[in-house]
Amino acid sequence: MSVDIITPILAAAIRSGTPVLYAVMGEILSERSGVMNLGLEGVMLIGAFAGFSATQATGDPAVGIAASFLAGALVTSIHAFLCVTMGANQVVSGLALAMFGEGMSAMLGRNHIGQTIAGIKPFRVPLLGDIPIIGQIFFSHDVMVYASYILVAALCFFIFRTRPGLNLRAVGENPRASDAMGLSVARMRYAYTLAGGGLAGVAGGYLSVVYSQMWVEGMTAGRGWIAVALVIFSIWHPLRGALGCYMFGGVDALQMRMQAAGTSVPAPILLMMPYAMTLAVLVFISIRKRQGILLGAPASLGRPFRREERE
Amino acid sequence: MQTEPSAPLVSMRGVDKIFFGGYANKGIDFDLRRGEIHALIGENGAGKTTLMNILAGIYSPDSGRITVDGREARFRSPRDAIEFGIGMVHQHFMLIPVLAVWENMLLGLRDVGFVLDLRSMVSKIRDMSERYAMPVDPEAYVWALSIGEQQRVEILKMLYRGTNVLILDEPTSVLTPQETRELFAALRKMTDAGHGIVIISHKIDEVMSIADRVTVLRKGERVCSVEARLTAREALAEMMVGRALKRVKKSGGGPPGRAVLSCRGLCARNDRGMASLSGVSFDLREGEILGVAGVAGNAQGELCEVLAGLRALDSGEIILNGQDISGRSAREFIKRGVSYIPVDRRETGLAPNMNLSENIALKRYWRKPAAVWKIFMDWKFISGLTAQLVDAFRIQAPSPGSPARNLSGGNLQKLMLARELSDAPLVILAMHPVWGLDVGAAEFVHERLLEERARGAGIMLVSEDLDELFEMSDRIMVMSGGKIMGIAERPQDVSREEIGMMMAGVPMRAAV
Repeated sequence: MSVDIITPILAAAIRSGTPVLYAVMGEILSERSGVMNLGLEGVMLIGAFAGFSATQATGDPAVGIAASFLAGALVTSIHAFLCVTMGANQVVSGLALAMFGEGMSAMLGRNHIGQTIAGIKPFRVPLLGDIPIIGQIFFSHDVMVYASYILVAALCFFIFRTRPGLNLRAVGENPRASDAMGLSVARMRYAYTLAGGGLAGVAGGYLSVVYSQMWVEGMTAGRGWIAVALVIFSIWHPLRGALGCYMFGGVDALQMRMQAAGTSVPAPILLMMPYAMTLAVLVFISIRKRQGILLGAPASLGRPFRREERE
Repeated sequence: MQTEPSAPLVSMRGVDKIFFGGYANKGIDFDLRRGEIHALIGENGAGKTTLMNILAGIYSPDSGRITVDGREARFRSPRDAIEFGIGMVHQHFMLIPVLAVWENMLLGLRDVGFVLDLRSMVSKIRDMSERYAMPVDPEAYVWALSIGEQQRVEILKMLYRGTNVLILDEPTSVLTPQETRELFAALRKMTDAGHGIVIISHKIDEVMSIADRVTVLRKGERVCSVEARLTAREALAEMMVGRALKRVKKSGGGPPGRAVLSCRGLCARNDRGMASLSGVSFDLREGEILGVAGVAGNAQGELCEVLAGLRALDSGEIILNGQDISGRSAREFIKRGVSYIPVDRRETGLAPNMNLSENIALKRYWRKPAAVWKIFMDWKFISGLTAQLVDAFRIQAPSPGSPARNLSGGNLQKLMLARELSDAPLVILAMHPVWGLDVGAAEFVHERLLEERARGAGIMLVSEDLDELFEMSDRIMVMSGGKIMGIAERPQDVSREEIGMMMAGVPMRAAV
């Protein structure tokens, strides 16, 4: 294939990977603190509808994105309350949240199906956008894509190079030790779970306000579940997470073009790829563990913490 | 530098703590002076750790007052206690294995910059570790450190937080005698600098060698506080237990029996897939107790699991009663008379949510007479057997139908012994069989093991308590790094220091 064919596909990969990227970054934060949120699909849908209706009401897509963040955090607060304060099972609560979000967004949006809005327009970055090939792939999108580049870099720095980032990693690994060192486990888990929910909301908002600029019921089409899988693929690292998202975006872009070109490879095979990659990574993690190298999930992921409970 | 007793560094008055309707601490008074090492002793369950968890802000007391340096202290969280200069090194270290030493030291601190500064932190740790003679590598990952090194990191972590009052919970249980001496020397440096130190322990000898004062707790209440050098060790032991100690008597051993279990060149890996047991060979004879000494984590657990058929061998032979049974299933081992008393009675040993009869049935559910046609359980027979065993082993339980998790630690252990010893085993593998038991229950377990020895069973007793090993064993085998450092054929001729050297990895000099 020549460069003129590949470049647009790569550019499309970035665009199509971005909504998943926001959800993955949020989930990495949440899981690093020890709270698993399997409800991403639902939270994204709530965020998508909030973004759509706020943009429709105010005409300002920035308000729409802000609304999707708030709605995502708000709906995730149920999950945070159940998991952090009540010590509930995070898997059950997360699955309930996913279904709740799907139902809720479908109900709220039933009179808006197919309506369009004026969302965020593409904006080519001066200078950087003029670089051949690179400019077209990375810098000819919209402002939310550029914000996501900054988000990934900021998260890498935050998690691994700052004091609050160190505390975040510690709380997810060993809440008991963190508590003994004077950290407030509950407060931190709330903060990061809500931030994660907010980012998942933005992921949905990106779909309705930027990507398709309309409301479609169930418009996330499984991207929330793919995000959950990609967090494992990333081994809880933002950079690998971003890589995974763009690989998914590439597969997504490729399968659309292949369908259009009428090839014989069935689309589901390509859509299966992110999950197959995740399974491969899980195998990789267990092999490393047998070699004595600790990788993988934060050690307390999914486990509630109560100070006075004896072990 | 002793100050007058009227100005203690820490003073606790009338501290109560209630767990599940029972008093864990009842009206306890406790004082710590500047520059002293104060030992807090008592049996398991006496409330030592609970009391210190209250002082460290982890538990909140139900009533009572705490003053630190004359200031009234009300701790709502460990952070409050840290601000009052109180730091605790828990028995299970509060370290995060995937983080480096310097990252663990920084955890939870507020007065460091937003961006982590590796270089300044490393040099600060180097300074401190030199000042207190506690060597650590600041950039190493915690999971790669030995237990002794991890303990040093914990102590330095507390000192770095400006700790004045250092609480150590059973600090020597994971150390060799030599490492213990180094630790004690470092602790003396700290008291010379004016810190107050509390050591929680149940080993009286150790307490006598390091403590200035001793407070004895029993069943959640304070018995007394005394000056260590003015008190006899027997008096302390009596105060701990509440009665004069009866020493378990070992009847003189007959001539050594034939080898009932022979191990040849056993090699196996640990749970993380790394080489652990490396070339272990020994014989276990009929009617003997073979003590196994070693610092925790030197493949004693792997050895037991291999001999119980629970862990795969990489190479080597296990010969039971003349037959090679290596590579067979765990059930095959059970059928041929191997009994295993694992260390974790709530995990490997018993099924806590099942009732007493079901737990008793676990080792015989597939065979007559507990099972009819190998499928149907004969519950009538099993309940009868359970009632019999509950009686014989003096298990205190609400009823045979109540879940095992409602039993106390001592009764759980008796339940496990009842199951493991009831079918006249040839070989008994006992790992820390009296761990966490009060003295009465421990005596019972020891008596039962001696009865089995008299009956002719070969018993392998793994313990970290040298007193227990010297008291019970006919021979003592010492393990270090997955190898046998030596076997003392006559323990009475071997000193603790020699055993300590072997535990630290120095092979036994020829023929002791």
